[in-house]
Amino acid sequence: MNGRILAATTGRILRQLRHDRRTVALLVVVPSVLLTLVYFMYVDQPAPPGAPGTFDRVALIMLGFFPFIIMFLVTSIAMLRERTTGTLERLLTTPLGKLDLLFGYGIAFGLAGVLQSTVASIVAYRVFGLETAGSAWLVVLIAGVNAVLAVALGLFCSAFARTEFQAVQFMPVVVAPQLLLCGLFVPRDQMAGWLQAVSDALPLSYAVEALQEVGAHAEPTGTMWRDVAIVAGAAVAALVLAAATLRRRSG
Amino acid sequence: MDDAVSVRELVVDRGGRRVLHGITCGVPRGTVTGLLGPSGSGKTTLMRAVVGVQTVGSGAVDVLGRPAGSADLRRRVGYLTQAPSVYADLTVRENARYFAVLQGRGRAEADRAVNDVGLASAADQLVGTLSGGQRSRASLACALVGEPELVVLDEPTVGQDPVLRADLWARFHAMAANGTTLLVSSHVMDEAARCDRLLLIREGRLVADDTPAAVRAATGTDDLEEAFLRLIRDAEGEAR
Repeated sequence: MNGRILAATTGRILRQLRHDRRTVALLVVVPSVLLTLVYFMYVDQPAPPGAPGTFDRVALIMLGFFPFIIMFLVTSIAMLRERTTGTLERLLTTPLGKLDLLFGYGIAFGLAGVLQSTVASIVAYRVFGLETAGSAWLVVLIAGVNAVLAVALGLFCSAFARTEFQAVQFMPVVVAPQLLLCGLFVPRDQMAGWLQAVSDALPLSYAVEALQEVGAHAEPTGTMWRDVAIVAGAAVAALVLAAATLRRRSG
Repeated sequence: MDDAVSVRELVVDRGGRRVLHGITCGVPRGTVTGLLGPSGSGKTTLMRAVVGVQTVGSGAVDVLGRPAGSADLRRRVGYLTQAPSVYADLTVRENARYFAVLQGRGRAEADRAVNDVGLASAADQLVGTLSGGQRSRASLACALVGEPELVVLDEPTVGQDPVLRADLWARFHAMAANGTTLLVSSHVMDEAARCDRLLLIREGRLVADDTPAAVRAATGTDDLEEAFLRLIRDAEGEAR
């Protein structure tokens, strides 16, 4: 890797995003709109005594979902564009290293994910009175790591898509099982053994557990840090796998 | 003088079909060498092999004394793909500056490359809003920004108006005069006359490798288009 090239690549990707104002607006506004929906869905639902309110429980996890879903899609399409427009082939004829490109995407869209979750968190805490025992900054940190994981998975999956239609189909394949099994709909310890095993293998489960730790404990817990490390490790592993899919020579 | 590019017995298959059937040719340093042939003749495949992005079946391609695709050649070779490969959602200047950094150059070189392809007045326009000809010049600026020793240009003048085409060819010759080697493909025969040397390929085989004057002399016609027709007929006559 080369620092100047990595910085230039990150800047280039952010500049592309900045020129696309509508995407930036959707990125920032849509999570807040969805949080509003969730708020009014649950506002009158009674919570079991001693447990956090349903909105608090659901909104906290949604703050981690938004960047995961959106950054996966944005990255898949962006990387597919690099392949179909020939810019990827051109980049690979230059001194740019594969990891410069992949980490550039990770940093750029990771920052976009942090921006998105910061705005969504401000709305959740200030407007809808979300309450967590731990700090809101930890929520944003976890959402940011989640965004990087989504970027890494998107970079990897885009290698298996020839068209935009295919790329979009990877969303239900990669994202939906993680959403279903992460513990939001059915607590993980109440799932059948084999489902739990699958859930244990999916990185989003750890991100959700980390968010629940922030919801329940005033200080960051060891479990939370371990979970964040697992998610970050999965992101790095996916980036390395993605690097293996980039070939300087092709047929 | 040694060749900047030397290709020996190059065989390439793409999609189960043989595209290049054992091509042997050279590109002398400091020249503008034209790679001519009809669409589908294998020009792009040969150029990709020179740049080192093409998987080759057999044979060898040496570029600037190193096997094509070697890591240290990435700073020394500039490649313009046939379809403009620049970012449509960046301005011309932003594209040029990005590719300049990749080649270890700065903003001044990027701005100069944009001026050199005649895009100074459109420098702050998004590439997506440019005409086809302007877009391919934006792509050309990004190929030239690193001042590479070897420049491989796949149909750089398609869609350009005649004045700009003349300007671009003048620039190519100025670069060659400074020691740069250029390999330029075209399917328009009137551009062949502007080259120092010609490589004519047809259906993946080399039909001619000579200067325009020698091609004219050998075929007994001043019209290069006619000369190529005669060469092709002769080659096919021999094959029968």
